[in-house]
Amino acid sequence: MKSQSLDPGPFGVMIHKEIADHIRSWRFSILIALIVLTFIAAMYVSLANIKSAIGNTKDPDHLFLYLKLLTTTDNSIPPFHVFLSFLAPLLGICLGFDAVNSEQNSGTLTRLMAQPIYRDNLLLAKFVSALVIVSGLFVALALLMIGGGLVLTGVRMEPQELLRILGFIVITIVYVAFWLSLSIVLSILFKQAATSALTAIGIWLFFTIFYQIVINLIVKSFLPDPAYLSQAEIISYNDLILNLQRIAPNQLYSDAVTTLLMPSVRSLGPVTMEQMAGAIPAPLPFKESVMIVWPQVSGLMASTAGCFAFAYYFFMRREIRS
Amino acid sequence: MKDPIIQLKGLTKQYGAVKAVDGLNLDINKGEIFGLLGPNGAGKTTTILMMLGLTDPTSGTAFVCGHNATSNPISVKKKVGYMPDSVGFYDNMTALENLVYIGRLNGVPENELKKRSAEVLEIVGLAADQHKKTSAFSRGMKQRLGLADVLIKNPEVIILDEPTLGIDPTGVRDFLALIKQLSRQQGLTVLLSSHHLHHVQQVCDRVGIFVKGQLLAQGDIGALSGQLFGADSHVTSIRVAQPVSQPWQQEPELQAWEAITQIRIHENELEFTSSRDVTAALVRFLVGKGYDVIGVNQKNYGLDDIYQKYFESNSTKNTSYEKSIS
Repeated sequence: MKSQSLDPGPFGVMIHKEIADHIRSWRFSILIALIVLTFIAAMYVSLANIKSAIGNTKDPDHLFLYLKLLTTTDNSIPPFHVFLSFLAPLLGICLGFDAVNSEQNSGTLTRLMAQPIYRDNLLLAKFVSALVIVSGLFVALALLMIGGGLVLTGVRMEPQELLRILGFIVITIVYVAFWLSLSIVLSILFKQAATSALTAIGIWLFFTIFYQIVINLIVKSFLPDPAYLSQAEIISYNDLILNLQRIAPNQLYSDAVTTLLMPSVRSLGPVTMEQMAGAIPAPLPFKESVMIVWPQVSGLMASTAGCFAFAYYFFMRREIRS
Repeated sequence: MKDPIIQLKGLTKQYGAVKAVDGLNLDINKGEIFGLLGPNGAGKTTTILMMLGLTDPTSGTAFVCGHNATSNPISVKKKVGYMPDSVGFYDNMTALENLVYIGRLNGVPENELKKRSAEVLEIVGLAADQHKKTSAFSRGMKQRLGLADVLIKNPEVIILDEPTLGIDPTGVRDFLALIKQLSRQQGLTVLLSSHHLHHVQQVCDRVGIFVKGQLLAQGDIGALSGQLFGADSHVTSIRVAQPVSQPWQQEPELQAWEAITQIRIHENELEFTSSRDVTAALVRFLVGKGYDVIGVNQKNYGLDDIYQKYFESNSTKNTSYEKSIS
């Protein structure tokens, strides 16, 4: 920090301080502990079952040892990526739910805004600092997993596997970013940190538990008896249900990471017999998997950007009063 | 000296149907201490927020240090130190860390930062407590740290919103003395808002009385009282050794003085109301007439009376929207 040429500017200073705050805070330590424990449990189960998974020659993915490490389970606990689809939102919410309102309530926001800094820099610093931490956490976990796998099995890693695992990490970070920006918006809208936390958790619960039930209920109410429908109609109804479910961010996330971590997944919707005819049950190349999940990834990114834009809209011209 | 560093022109802020600030025109010159005086909810904080670009005026402009505060708030904030009325700090950081953070945000170079923060902590008298967490600070200490916060950026203008709120009387006196000393030594312009008359009276060169979004009067205390009480602004009471008989034979002669508007006699106490200070002449006159003067008491109207006078004229209207806008 001594050199003058490396003057970080106010934005850098704010990120620096926010990261320090997060690292020192208790709730972040608790969530990290939770995620690390989940990771260890998932790894333990998958290591116990890795032998049978690799030996299962009927599975076209059986040679991807490192992907198997992430996805194998004996059904006693869900694999790591499924765990993440509901833990990652919690991580995002816990890092962002009091971003703005706690500063406002403690009177530091006025003090901060009286300094020569741009308002958007504050939002951006809150967002970026939390993302830096989350990225650090997930990259560290992935590297630990790869390193541990190398030491334990001594099996060489395919470049494709590395790319897929990195893709998984990137999508997970984007997923956390979505919940983070949503909770920052809520922290701007609500004056009390507790209100914004509860609202964020409510949205999360709605999407993880109730959304599917609601969709099923609604569709069932107007779905005719499938016995009287042609195949094409059944497929169109099926598509409708799937598309409705894809409004939920956790559905987008699990679609995307499942495809990336299981190279043999070819389609996320129903596949007809004609389409399957002549297909060899073999893993797809990395690029093809990415093509399949691209809509999901861009959907997640778009909702993140959308939330962030809302945050700007609400915050930029607002009167700051303590 | 006549170089307005803060210029407000027709500044208006409307919240719904309520005008919090109504067509405010105000010039504050470089190096002076200006007191913005008014009851709660008069629009003082709103005015200050508009000067810093923290809220947009409905109409009118605020120029601070030559920059428009609405369109160019960053350059204003570079030169203006602002201490909000309920100043808050990051409780998990020490006083020094809080201060250094603000210093860094203001672009104070890293190699000067240590020296500067030690300097300002010394000025505000918190050097001994700099490694304490701010959560353990008393209100007065927080206020001092707030001032240190303002000083570390080397401002040209300091804006203090209710700086004396919630500090004990000794604390207030020290704090105000500190502000006055800083202003005189470093040529800082200070804008101070308060509803506490005596505090403002102690330090301010000029005062603006602000009620219901309007600046009713401004000027130094003497001018204000002159403006308000006109011919009745000076009262001199003189006590003499022997009781004065009624009617007093010297009364017609004194009544003839053009400055004197009223004479009241109460046993051995004579009270003269006049438009200017005639105390010395009165004493000379009485001594010349053979009276033994044993006590002279000169009464100036203070802000209290001024304030009271303004409230009298405003108390008929209700004060229902007190702070409801915040």
